[in-house]
Amino acid sequence: MKIAISATGNDLCSTLDARFGRTSQFIIYDLDNDSYISVDNEQNLTSAQGAGIQSAQTIIKAEAEAVITGNVGPNAFRTLTAGNVDIYLGTGLTVQEAIDKFKNGTLQKASGNNVEGHWM
Amino acid sequence: MQISIASGKGGTGKTTIATNLAYFLKKQNKTVTLLDCDVEEPNCHLFLHPTWTSTEKSTSKIPLVNMSKCIKCGRCGDICHFGAIANIKDTVLVFPELCHGCGGCSIVCPTGAITESEKEIGDVQTGTADGLEIVQGLLKVGEPMSPPLIRSVKKYANTDDEFVIVDCPPGTSCPVIESLKNSDFILLITEPTPFGLNDLKLAVDVVNELKIPFAVGINRSTIGDSTVWDYCKEQNIPIILEIPHDRHIARAYSEGILLLKALPQYEEKFADILEHIKEVLPS
Ligand code: SF4
Ligand code: SF4
Repeated sequence: MKIAISATGNDLCSTLDARFGRTSQFIIYDLDNDSYISVDNEQNLTSAQGAGIQSAQTIIKAEAEAVITGNVGPNAFRTLTAGNVDIYLGTGLTVQEAIDKFKNGTLQKASGNNVEGHWM
Repeated sequence: MQISIASGKGGTGKTTIATNLAYFLKKQNKTVTLLDCDVEEPNCHLFLHPTWTSTEKSTSKIPLVNMSKCIKCGRCGDICHFGAIANIKDTVLVFPELCHGCGGCSIVCPTGAITESEKEIGDVQTGTADGLEIVQGLLKVGEPMSPPLIRSVKKYANTDDEFVIVDCPPGTSCPVIESLKNSDFILLITEPTPFGLNDLKLAVDVVNELKIPFAVGINRSTIGDSTVWDYCKEQNIPIILEIPHDRHIARAYSEGILLLKALPQYEEKFADILEHIKEVLPS
């Protein structure tokens, strides 16, 4: 199973980025063989609207079945749910710590979007 | 002829110029419609005190997907510029607040799975004031998408009229571009301050993109500094209107009285605008 983590850098020592739609990278971590890749999300930093939806599509394409991030808006939540991606929330962690917490089941699972959307 | 009055930010006197220009033209016995496209906060009526004669509901189309007809080809998501429809695994999601109602997705759908439903986005009101036709859009509270309503407002413009004056929303994003479309001439209003200059530059970028002839009008021209003049000179942008900082203007404004009714001596300024437009537009 693969999980996605919104991250400020492209390795496991980088910190978890609380922003889902506007994170610069996703680490896609494969729990089956403990390997990972990073996926660029830069193009989303500049998109005016719908960034959360596009981030969600990016990690669905990468075949992640769960995501660890800080905040998920309503549109991203709908998209992730449609893609059968579970959402886990974390803050102030490194990517490695987030993965460890995921493995031992101590991360909180989101049951709804936790931030309101914002429009121009 | 459509003349649009725009500004990179709010509070520069855009509405003052739009309402007075329309009023001035009417006084010259022209046929004029004023379109208030600042649909989030239409305020031309505060100075013209129109009698409203009709109010109509305006709707925008949003796609409705019948999943039993969908073959998951992904074309709808590919065509949408606004990310308002997305193909996720075995379903298609629509995000109404991102949808501009362009209808593109239903056109490209090969199986007819997408139909369009209507959602209410606001009202279009029409009325008259001193013989002037005025049309304003009033965006429904909480509705984030104003371009479709702006399109409705613009449909009310009487094509036989000699002049259509458009009061644009402030800023430089989609609603402004929608308002500026089909303009023959654009007047950008600014104030001579560093902030004013900054917003003017953004507005100039947009207008250059649209390739529509334009000029600048400076409101409260006796305050601030000379950087707006320097910039316009350097860019070869004509300045065709300067209205000084005058407490009589401020008072008329705060009392909801049209500038040209309170202070008719300013009529000359509006005549100058017209002269300039006649010069640059071959007709
Ligand atoms: S109608 Fe246009 S904006 Fe709306 S979802 Fe379809 S393609 Fe996108
Ligand atoms: S274009 Fe039509 S058939 Fe293709 S994915 Fe969209 S809704 Fe389905």
